[in-house]
Parts: sequence; structure tokens; C-alpha cells
Amino acid sequence: MLYLFYLIAAISVISALTVVSAKNPVNSVIALILCFLSIAGHYVLLNAQFLAMVHIIVYTGAIMVLFLFVIMLLNLNRAAEPMKTLGTRVAAVLSGGLFFLTLLAALRNGISVTAANAFDPGVGLVHSVGMSLFSEFLLPFEISSVLFLSAMVGVVMLAKKEKTWTPPVRNAFTEKPLTEHELDAEG
Amino acid sequence: MMITATFLLVLFVVTLTVAAYSTYGERKVAAFLQDRIGPNRAGPFGLLQPLADGAKMFMKEDFVPATANRKLFFMGPAIAMITALLTGVVIPWGGTLTIGEHTFDLQGTDPEIGILYVFAMVSIGVYGIMLGGWASNNKFALLGAIRAASQMVSYELAMGLSIVGLVMMTGTLSLSGIVEYQAAHGWGIIQQPLGFLIFIVCAFAECNRAPFDMPECETELVGGYHTEFSSMKLGFYLFAEYINMFMSSAVIATLYFGGYHVPGLASLGLDPNLVTIIGVAAMFAKTFFFIFFFMWVRWSIPRFRFDQLMNLGWKRLIPLAILNIVVTGGLYYIINGF
Repeated sequence: MLYLFYLIAAISVISALTVVSAKNPVNSVIALILCFLSIAGHYVLLNAQFLAMVHIIVYTGAIMVLFLFVIMLLNLNRAAEPMKTLGTRVAAVLSGGLFFLTLLAALRNGISVTAANAFDPGVGLVHSVGMSLFSEFLLPFEISSVLFLSAMVGVVMLAKKEKTWTPPVRNAFTEKPLTEHELDAEG
Repeated sequence: MMITATFLLVLFVVTLTVAAYSTYGERKVAAFLQDRIGPNRAGPFGLLQPLADGAKMFMKEDFVPATANRKLFFMGPAIAMITALLTGVVIPWGGTLTIGEHTFDLQGTDPEIGILYVFAMVSIGVYGIMLGGWASNNKFALLGAIRAASQMVSYELAMGLSIVGLVMMTGTLSLSGIVEYQAAHGWGIIQQPLGFLIFIVCAFAECNRAPFDMPECETELVGGYHTEFSSMKLGFYLFAEYINMFMSSAVIATLYFGGYHVPGLASLGLDPNLVTIIGVAAMFAKTFFFIFFFMWVRWSIPRFRFDQLMNLGWKRLIPLAILNIVVTGGLYYIINGF
């Protein structure tokens, strides 16, 4: 079980690094898919089967499909990627290096996390997840659904075509609006 | 451990055999519906036709276009095949067999989220088509891949919502739990007729079967997402479609037609092993009926247009599925109380 954890953890870390280092955006997306699948594997190791499956359905099955969809439609490739200026690159390296230094300083003496409660293998099962969602965390659960509803309404608003008045096409000599038949004939 | 491994191996072989003979069945059903004879040269009644087709697929040149992305071109058919095969693991093919002191479950594994696992595999399956279509570097293949992706994502929603009513009644997500509930309280088709209708329409769309086979619509897109594929890579795509059809037929039989349950069999007082074997036969009979149904529809109904498909999915099926949930909840409250 421990070796399985190390294997899945290694896959997660390597695929996450590939996401940011891959040159081709499609490879990046595939690495992210792999990363999400390995995270689902971690959930399974913790006996949280419900979370694992929902994670795969939502992230791998829906969100990443849309990512891939957009990248395929835009046909992004290395040539189309804008080149960063020297200043941006230097700033990126500096800030990244400083963040790494901070992390290193914080973790220099090692960290030990003690679990607040003993691990309960039943905590991730459908029954217990449902019970806590619909009793203890009912209010946040319902409020998050309002958030989703507002997102949906927003999308419908944005996607809706606005009706605008366009002047009719007129005949150049008689100034009369063209009929549909004449419009078709003009192409 | 060994028993599970053996069971999975048997399941693998059975799945491939059923898928192979589905191709033969498809041609025979098409011939029957069009008043023809169909394949009848290879072996008696053309029964060796799938083997001949398989041999042909393996012998053909495996051509990769020069501009294709070779890695993804290889991965596409592999993902399609693997995810198609993985679904069968959670489907309960029968009850338990008792041989000597050992009991064997005729189900690969019974996780408590069985039906969600099926949905997860279906949702990963779309990558096989998307990556294969994109990697071909061909506009027809790309259009097919994009159609497949938008179609499958749209119909996954309605499919997920359509089973919520059933899950509310059975109170479990485990597929064997759902079968046991149906054995005790009557089949799902009687309790959830609307849910069944939505589910089966979505199953057609998820399998890319006619009348929703826009991703490989040959009149518009040459061959759709598999235009550039040849040899066994093409074979894997076609085969994965038949495996998907077999698996979705099995899931329909499990969710709405009692799975391996045969009404009135338990009251006859037969030997439990015999009951299980009859149950497995019943499960396969139901599954084969739905495979036939898939073919029947394919050769009877013309293909939809893509905008009609999207309208049906988003504006008809999803509201209907939500209505089904509300009605089920209301009736459940009236009949059972809290």
C-alpha cells in the first residue's frame, strides 16, 4: 500500500511538473489529465471512493474535455505562443527563486503534522459524505448552489444574441427594400 | 485474488467475443431489415466472418500520416479500447455460485459507487476519440473529434440526471444493490419509465450510435475521427464502439430490467447454483436484446442534424430529467413519508 502511494505520488508530481514545462499545450493538458487521475488514485487509497469518482467525472471528464476542446479549436502551437520579453523572464526567475527560498527556509527543519483525529476509513463513503453535506454543512452547500446558478444565468446572458436593428438593403435605383427572393438572388 | 483474476480474464474474453459477433450481428440485422442475405461466405451462415475481418485488420498496412502526432495517434485507439473494457468490471453478471465450500460472486468488484464508476469510464472514453482525431492532423478528423466531445459532454449531463430518480428510490449507487432492490420491489422500467427513456436516448448518444453518429458521419466528414486510421488501430476504434454498445446494453439491463433477476424464479425452490446460472442467462438475454435494439434503431432512423442533437440534449432531455427527479421525489414523499 505504501509503495502504491509512492508510485501514485511520483506520477502526480511528475505530471504536474510536465504541465508547466511542456512546450505543446496539448501535451500540457494531457499531463494535467494524468495528474487529476493520479489524485483520484490518492482518494481511492484513502477509501474515499465517492470523491475519487466525482473528481474523475467532473475534472477529468468535463473540465479537461473543455480545455482540450478550446485548445483544439484555437489550434495553439509553439509558433503562435507570444515570446516573453527579457524583463518579464528576469522578474519571473527572481520571484520564483525567492518563493523557493522562502519554502526552503520554512521547511528546513522538516515539518511534522499530527492528525487531529484518528483516520476513519468510513469518512469518504457516500453515506457519510451525504450525511455531513446535508446536516452539518447544509448552509454552505446550498449557498454554493446559488453560486452555480448565478454562473449559469451569467453565461445565458452573455450567450444570448442581442436583437439589433439593421437598415434594410435597398435597390440602388428604386430605393425600395429588397424582398427575400431578391436578396437570395444577389447572394 | 486468483478467483477474481480468473473471472476478469473470462469477462475479457467474453466481452471481446460478444463485440466480435456484434459486428456479424450488425450486418445480419441490417441485411434482415433491408431484405438482403448478409455475410454468408465465411463458414456456415457466415459465422466465421468476424475472424476473417479480424485477420484482415491485422494484415493491413499500419499507415501513419507524415504530419500526424505519432504518440497521440497511437494513444487514441488505446484509450478508446481500455476505457471501453474497464466498464464491465462493476456490472453484476449474476448472483453467487457455490462450489464446495467456496462462493464466487459473478461480479468483478462491487464498489458502493458502481454506477458513478461507469460514468467516470464513459467520461474518460471521449479522450480516445478526441486525441485520435486531433493527432491525425486532418480537418475531417478534427471536426469529428470536436463533434464527439461536445456531444458526449452534453449528453453526460442528461444521463447523470436521468438516473438520479432511480438512485433516490433504491437508496444505493451500487449496481448489485440496485438489482437487489428491483428483485424485491419490481423492475426499474415500471418505477422509472421516464428515466429509462432519457437514459436510453443518452446511451445512444454516448456510444456515438445512429441516429446520433455525427462524429463519424460519412456523408459530411469522410470517416469522421477515424478517417486517417488504418489496420488494427481502426479496428480498435470500431471494436471499442461495439464493446461500448455491449456495456451500455448491460447497464440498461441492470438498471431498468432487473439485471440477472428473473421474476418468479425464487419461488420455485430450485438449487441456488441453478438459479444463478439461469440468472446469468437472463442477464445475457436482456443485454443481447438491447444490442439488437441498438442495431434495429440504427437501420430504421435517419441521422439527426447536429443542431437538432444539441437542442434535444439541452432543451428537452435535461429539463425532462429534472422533472423526473422532482416528480420522483414528490411521489416518494407522498407514499413513504420522510
